[in-house]
Amino acid sequence: MNARRRPVLLPLVHTCAAVLGLGSLTVILWTGIEERGIALAFGLLVTVGELTRWTGAARVREAAPLGAAGALSYALLGADAGQPTHHGVAQVVAVVLAASLLGSVPHIARGQGPVLDHLVRRVLTVGFAAVCYQPLYNRGVFGEWGGPAYALLLLALLALTALCDCVLAAALAHSRTGWPFGPLLRDELRALLGIGSAVCATGAVMALAVAVVGLWALPVFSLPLLLTQMSFRRYAAVRTTYRQTIASLARATEIAGYTPAGHAHRVAALSRAVGRDLGLTRPELAVLEYAALMHDIGQLSLIDPVPAGATAVLPVAEQRRIALLGGAVVRQTGVDAAVAVVVERQADPCRQQPVAARIVRAVNAYEEKARAAGPGGPLTALEELRLATAGDYAPEVVEALARVLTRDCLTLPAAG
Amino acid sequence: MEAIPARARVYVACVAVGALTCLVPLSTVHTPWWAVVLLAALYAGCEQVAARWRFVGTFYPVLLAGAFLLPPPAAALVALPGALLSPVEQRPRLLRRVWRAAQLVAGVWVAARVHWAMGGRDAVVASDFPYALVPAGAAVLAFCLVLTVLDGGILALAERVPLRRAWRGLFLRSLAPIAVHGLAGLMMAVLWRSPYGPVAALLVLLPMCVSWWVFAQYHRERAAHQATIRALVQAVDIKDEYTRGHSERVGQASMMIARELGMDDARVEVLRFAGILHDVGKLGVPTRLLRKDGPLTPEERRVIELHPEYGHEMVRGISFLGEARAAVLHHHERLDGSGYPYGLVGGQIPESARVVAVADAFDAMTSTRSYRRARPVGAALEELERCAGSQFDPSMVRALVRALGRHGWHPAVTADEARPPRPRGAVAGRPGAHR
Repeated sequence: MNARRRPVLLPLVHTCAAVLGLGSLTVILWTGIEERGIALAFGLLVTVGELTRWTGAARVREAAPLGAAGALSYALLGADAGQPTHHGVAQVVAVVLAASLLGSVPHIARGQGPVLDHLVRRVLTVGFAAVCYQPLYNRGVFGEWGGPAYALLLLALLALTALCDCVLAAALAHSRTGWPFGPLLRDELRALLGIGSAVCATGAVMALAVAVVGLWALPVFSLPLLLTQMSFRRYAAVRTTYRQTIASLARATEIAGYTPAGHAHRVAALSRAVGRDLGLTRPELAVLEYAALMHDIGQLSLIDPVPAGATAVLPVAEQRRIALLGGAVVRQTGVDAAVAVVVERQADPCRQQPVAARIVRAVNAYEEKARAAGPGGPLTALEELRLATAGDYAPEVVEALARVLTRDCLTLPAAG
Repeated sequence: MEAIPARARVYVACVAVGALTCLVPLSTVHTPWWAVVLLAALYAGCEQVAARWRFVGTFYPVLLAGAFLLPPPAAALVALPGALLSPVEQRPRLLRRVWRAAQLVAGVWVAARVHWAMGGRDAVVASDFPYALVPAGAAVLAFCLVLTVLDGGILALAERVPLRRAWRGLFLRSLAPIAVHGLAGLMMAVLWRSPYGPVAALLVLLPMCVSWWVFAQYHRERAAHQATIRALVQAVDIKDEYTRGHSERVGQASMMIARELGMDDARVEVLRFAGILHDVGKLGVPTRLLRKDGPLTPEERRVIELHPEYGHEMVRGISFLGEARAAVLHHHERLDGSGYPYGLVGGQIPESARVVAVADAFDAMTSTRSYRRARPVGAALEELERCAGSQFDPSMVRALVRALGRHGWHPAVTADEARPPRPRGAVAGRPGAHR
């Protein structure tokens, strides 16, 4: 199913977006633009939103909240300071597309980030919202609706649009990466509660506020959203440095000669891939990654290193002792307590472990065995894990590991 | 902070009485009571949520929207239930609640009064736009001023902070966030009076709440990050028992030197980290060697001298450390080129490393090690001055001497608590710190 979906879905979505975008541009070139001032103001807002787009290394949910909110509010705009507007679907899509392209020029020139999927999503969601709203509005269907009901209608339309956007985003991510669709959609929906709801609410409020006070509402309203965007940036930045610090702490065991170079990084990368395959949520994946990075930290408390840092071959009691020492160190680091639990329980029998600890245990053993076995090691190591499955390694984790390794052609991930 | 001075209690009582007089005309005023109740409930709810999620700062948009919509006494009433019911962590709880309520009631009353007097109400009703910003801006300014003056007073009375310094700091810190909240409040008020009604006004709060939530996340993550850095230091302490607390003290001395040299705050902070982390590479040195009593063989000495390179290898991936990474690598270089690892000479040694080298030597001399007793600060400074020019940068040594002459040397006893950024108010626990 995977193999069949992958080639079809991406080109299909891209073609839809291209047809919609080009069609709208043609229609607008043919008929001209209604209410140029409003179109210009909203175009400017979307352009500014795109220019201030988040371009950091970390993938964030909504990179340009201001641009998204501006585009959605233009799609749902029915009046300007009390005067009804007359723009149609084609104009909305054309203005948003042109403004987004213009705002993306610096990002494309600097070669920052994938712009195409972002544009495709923007065009399709805005097109969807405009198709739902503008034809009905221009025919006067909402004329008899009272004020509050109209506000709720806009909100409902935006919620519908956001849901469609989630499905689209999850489908795009699924066909690009091959990760399971269900967990991706769940993550998208969960993120909707955060910045997604802010974007929707701002979109609705901007449309209503422009209807009441005119274009003055745009600058007044962009400010809080810009603030949100800034907070998100700072949040993302501190998260990044935090990750770097954890990674350095993880390297301490390597530099002290307790574990081979790059071991913690490889275990973390592979654990993350396995966790994703098993459908862990985004917060669970973060816990898993931190725990995997720090799984060997207990060895710092040993006076002499374990030979080659291979803990998987030690007696069980010794493994547990090191795991408990590691948990104690992790508790001091102020990381989420869940990470310490995973580190502590990595040597327990798999039936009593939380899923993350099972993953760390299996992946760590695989990494150590694969390295020890030399060329052809991965296959041998996987075989050993499968045979030892009885009480040590959880079968479903080993199978997920096998799937991940097949997908990545049995190569070890490069050291970070 | 347990004992609140009597004069501060009297001050709180005076402000509370003042706030009550703001509320007296309530019986004569004409106002839509359902709106007052709705806004008050909304504000109280926001305060409860904020306390549960440990958010920083107060959620002003609702209060300011009330000030733009309602007559002054009714607007002031909106703040009352939320402030009185808001959970307070520190004791004495009742006094703090009363203070908070009185302060907000007075602030909102003044803001509403200013807004009313400048004809803001008609501008909001008619959504007369460029003009509506003027009274709203004046009201925000007045609100901010009242909060600052009252907060500054309590700081001066309870903690003896100089009045002018307290006022200036508080005002500049709180103006920008309150201004943004004011814009949101204005939009709320306009939409409230529009045909779309309160439903549309409530939507305004959603983006503000999200922004607030992200801000709280940011603070939580930053605290976790600092704890992790401390853990890195504690890991060194576990291995090397001689030097317990050494890292924190070197961080403190580096910070003093950097401040004395007139570096900006960000650089001072980076140098503090440089001092704290300078010996992190000792994690890579075998524990037996670090704990060995008696003289080291040349072979063992060479192994120990690898620690700056190990340390650099560990921290080079942490981008925010900036020049602190160079300090970790070069803190054992000497000006005459006889240091390690690279034997750099004079100006080739990064400035940060020269700072940390002086701080490191100073603390090594003034702290007790198992093999010798601590020297007095004066003797240590003399020794540093003797070696200035050959081993240490003379300007760094002079800076340390000046800083110690001014502030003295009071090394922190515990490594558990990060340096608090600024003194917090005794009762004014949350001075609009929103950014």
